[in-house]
Amino acid sequence: MKKFNAGSFAQMLFICMLSSACISSAAWSGETYTLTIKNHHFEPAQVKAPTETPVTLLVKNLDASPEEFESKSLHIEKIIPANSEVSFQLRPLKAGVYKFVGEFHEETAKGEIIVE
Amino acid sequence: MLGALIIVFREAIEAGLIVGIVMAVTRGLDGARTYIAGGALIGALGAGVVAFFADRLSKAFAGSGQELFNASVLALAVGMLAWHNIWMSRHGRALSQELSSVGRAVVSGDQTLYALASVVGLALMREGVEVSLFLYGVLASGETGFDVFLGGLLGLALGMATSFATFYGLVSIPSRRLFAVTTALITLLAAGLAAQSVAFLQQAGIITLFSDTLWDTSWALSDKSIFGRVLHTLIGYSDQPSTMQVIVYVMTLIGIFVATQLCAHQNLMRRTSASPTP
Repeated sequence: MKKFNAGSFAQMLFICMLSSACISSAAWSGETYTLTIKNHHFEPAQVKAPTETPVTLLVKNLDASPEEFESKSLHIEKIIPANSEVSFQLRPLKAGVYKFVGEFHEETAKGEIIVE
Repeated sequence: MLGALIIVFREAIEAGLIVGIVMAVTRGLDGARTYIAGGALIGALGAGVVAFFADRLSKAFAGSGQELFNASVLALAVGMLAWHNIWMSRHGRALSQELSSVGRAVVSGDQTLYALASVVGLALMREGVEVSLFLYGVLASGETGFDVFLGGLLGLALGMATSFATFYGLVSIPSRRLFAVTTALITLLAAGLAAQSVAFLQQAGIITLFSDTLWDTSWALSDKSIFGRVLHTLIGYSDQPSTMQVIVYVMTLIGIFVATQLCAHQNLMRRTSASPTP
């Protein structure tokens, strides 16, 4: 039983990784918007993006502590390690305001994407 | 301090509930505590390791390392829970009717304990990564006081208290009903985890179909509130799910239900044909 568990886990992980390596690199497209996090604030705190277009968000964390970029309306929940950057693609969005926060410092780390 | 407590408790609550449910399901089985403690320990250590390599993980696989890690861990937990329910529908009902608890322990012990202990480990590993990164951040930045760290630890303690509350709540149910209750709970739990898993695949851009938000009930009950979070784990409640998440949720529910019914039915047929005496 033990052997089966470990094996299937490794197998599953491998398949997931393999398929993602092929798919996600191919799907990467759209304009890139850059956000920085400094002193637990987003800069800029407001980004304008076009409707129904996939865009890429590049978030640079300049702080010495990790942050979690979280947005319910964007369906994103992603950890950004300290002094590091991550990028991710947003689905094509309808017009509207999409708020996001840095979950570890929610009082200060706030921002929004205005899609129009 | 209160802020840190809430952040950590919110992360720990899912693992806390899962541990409580698993403890109730495996109560009375030989060595159950050891298996669960082992699973929890491995999960916690795993969380530490993953958190330590968080930077590398987030850069892996064209920047989708985190998503793939989360999606795989969740999918594996769903598989284990589904398998547990299917196995129990094949053997558990008959066993619990016919055999003493000692006999049941001997027969079903190893089979489902491995699966459930690994579910505990997976839950702790996944939630533990965020908790340890948050606590590490509090310590590393140095700008916030020790009371924030203490708040985080209290949040963790509350998460553990959730396990015990869940356990004692469940075991207070009369044992003839407990099986039906835990079977339903595990099915709903699995469906909710499957919906979470697919959300990470959508975030990674691996699944792009049906990515729009199907409903928004955040005005009524935010799934970031403590009660919302409890429902999020127990029945998979989400205040802004994508259409694909809802599809996967329903399909998982149906899938597990049909599989358990088929197995239970097969088992009944086999038993009645083998022993015609009522």
